[in-house]
Amino acid sequence: MTLQTAERPRLAPTAQVPRTGRKERDRVSRWQIWVPLSLYLLFTLVPFYWMLVFAFRPRGSTSLLPWPITFENFETVWNDLSFALFFKNSLMVGIASLVMTTVVALAGGYALARYEFRGKRLFMIGMLCTQFIPGAMMLIPLFEIFRALGLVNSLWSLVIAETVFQLPLSLILISGFIKNVPVELEQAAWVDGCTRLRGFFAVVLPLLRPALVAVGSFAFIHSWNNFLFALMFVSEQEKFTVPVGLSYTLGEFSVDFGALAAGGVVAAVPVVLVFAVIQRYLVQGLSAGAVKG
Amino acid sequence: MAITTADLPVRRRPGRAARTPYLLIAPAVIAMLGFLVYPMASVLYYSLQHYNVTKPWDNGFAGLDNFRRLLFEDPLFWQSLGFSVKWVGVEVFLQLLFGLALALIVNETFVGRGLARAMVFSPWAVSGVLTTGIWVLLYNPTTGVSRYLADLGLMQYGAAPLANPDTVFWAAVLTELWRGVPFFAILLLADLQSISKELYEAASVDGASRRRRFIHITLPHLKDAIILSTLLRCVWEFNNVDLLYTLTGGGPAHATTTLPLYVAAKAVQSHDFGYGSALTTAAFLILTFFSIAYLRLSKFGATT
Repeated sequence: MTLQTAERPRLAPTAQVPRTGRKERDRVSRWQIWVPLSLYLLFTLVPFYWMLVFAFRPRGSTSLLPWPITFENFETVWNDLSFALFFKNSLMVGIASLVMTTVVALAGGYALARYEFRGKRLFMIGMLCTQFIPGAMMLIPLFEIFRALGLVNSLWSLVIAETVFQLPLSLILISGFIKNVPVELEQAAWVDGCTRLRGFFAVVLPLLRPALVAVGSFAFIHSWNNFLFALMFVSEQEKFTVPVGLSYTLGEFSVDFGALAAGGVVAAVPVVLVFAVIQRYLVQGLSAGAVKG
Repeated sequence: MAITTADLPVRRRPGRAARTPYLLIAPAVIAMLGFLVYPMASVLYYSLQHYNVTKPWDNGFAGLDNFRRLLFEDPLFWQSLGFSVKWVGVEVFLQLLFGLALALIVNETFVGRGLARAMVFSPWAVSGVLTTGIWVLLYNPTTGVSRYLADLGLMQYGAAPLANPDTVFWAAVLTELWRGVPFFAILLLADLQSISKELYEAASVDGASRRRRFIHITLPHLKDAIILSTLLRCVWEFNNVDLLYTLTGGGPAHATTTLPLYVAAKAVQSHDFGYGSALTTAAFLILTFFSIAYLRLSKFGATT
């Protein structure tokens, strides 16, 4: 969050230059920003606050301030409900699908951006069509495939399913970014004696950082959050991921709102951390890649 | 990595270079053929079969029997499709409206803008199950917001929005709005930032008011982004299962059962794979036709 306060400090003076010539009706008044924004922030933040209060206040308390702060709910969740294990599982799945999605999308994205080849259009149309495939409805055939491969109850089934469903959008994002890197930069590297591969690593890859951060973090957040695949493909409790564990607190332990809230905090922490890091790249990454194609 | 003359592109045999793009997309193609196209094809195949795990003696080729059953004998198909349409329509319309407003607000320059953006966007990253968890706490009659409002004398005690068929729809809509609006806001903000400042300055020198600048510059520029994000969101909201599954379970009394939830119930709980596949096929066809019609009618990409 501290990254944000430092964002573009120099914009203010330049923004004021044209304003001197503008008429009064042109200006956005402060209240037009702050009133709707505050209302919306209330809507956004109250649920988070509610969860934090329930997670940190003692059992049986009805105070709306989490005071005195207690960690008993977290101890319950982490130890008795084995969230430590779920956390590790989710982390492994998230990182594995991040790596796989990024590598496969990088290779494919480079081909789409830099080569003309037969079947390219067909491939693009195919990728677009996959967006209409309802993930929830592929459960039965996917389950049968994973059973045939012996991957049911293995975390690899989640990694593969996540990667495949993330691929089309990641490919489009990354190839959009590579197109924006001038091909002359690469050609200069080839002239200097680089191979295509070496030129790619030395010249293109460093410029792709915002795209890689965006694609990688989407993949991570997606697989961290995915519930349905994890619920359907994995039934052994030692292989549960955080969302599945959380859904069990929703059902079986619904009386214990403290545990539910603490589980929610545990589930949110990695995403919040990733989010804090990618904030800067997010808007930039989307504007250059996804929307422009 | 040592560079040898053999590595130089000029020395390559012509056939080799032509293979490179295929090698590069091969992993993506294999993954998508194996885990998207093949499963989709097998869904189509099953939809033409009687395939029920609990009734193996009845299994075999069914022709269009499953589709006949779906169209003419299954009121729950029509009911869940109707709820899906209502759900998607209301959700996407409200998300677009609030998302656009929010994007315009956080695109202005003001003190604390970065922090405001971070806070406004934060629910976007929260999962369906976690969203459910938080809102279950909020909606609960003894621990939720309503109890504290009742303590202040602003409400009656005992309001349980999720258990009441009259309120459950709007309770679910509000929950999904909470994490859906930021998606629109992020996408539209990204596009707003790519509008050249000079356009606005030129327009305001020519005496165009803020409203006219919005109508003649901002909206046309955002058109493609709005069309694309609305379409994607329609498809995602249509297919979204985790929130409703954990929040209401499709209840009370099928009041919040979307088509995908109904499919999951048919296929997974009653093991009727053949019929479940027919439902899936129907949903896929509906989505595809909707998407094509939407892109045609909206003339996507036609702006210059």
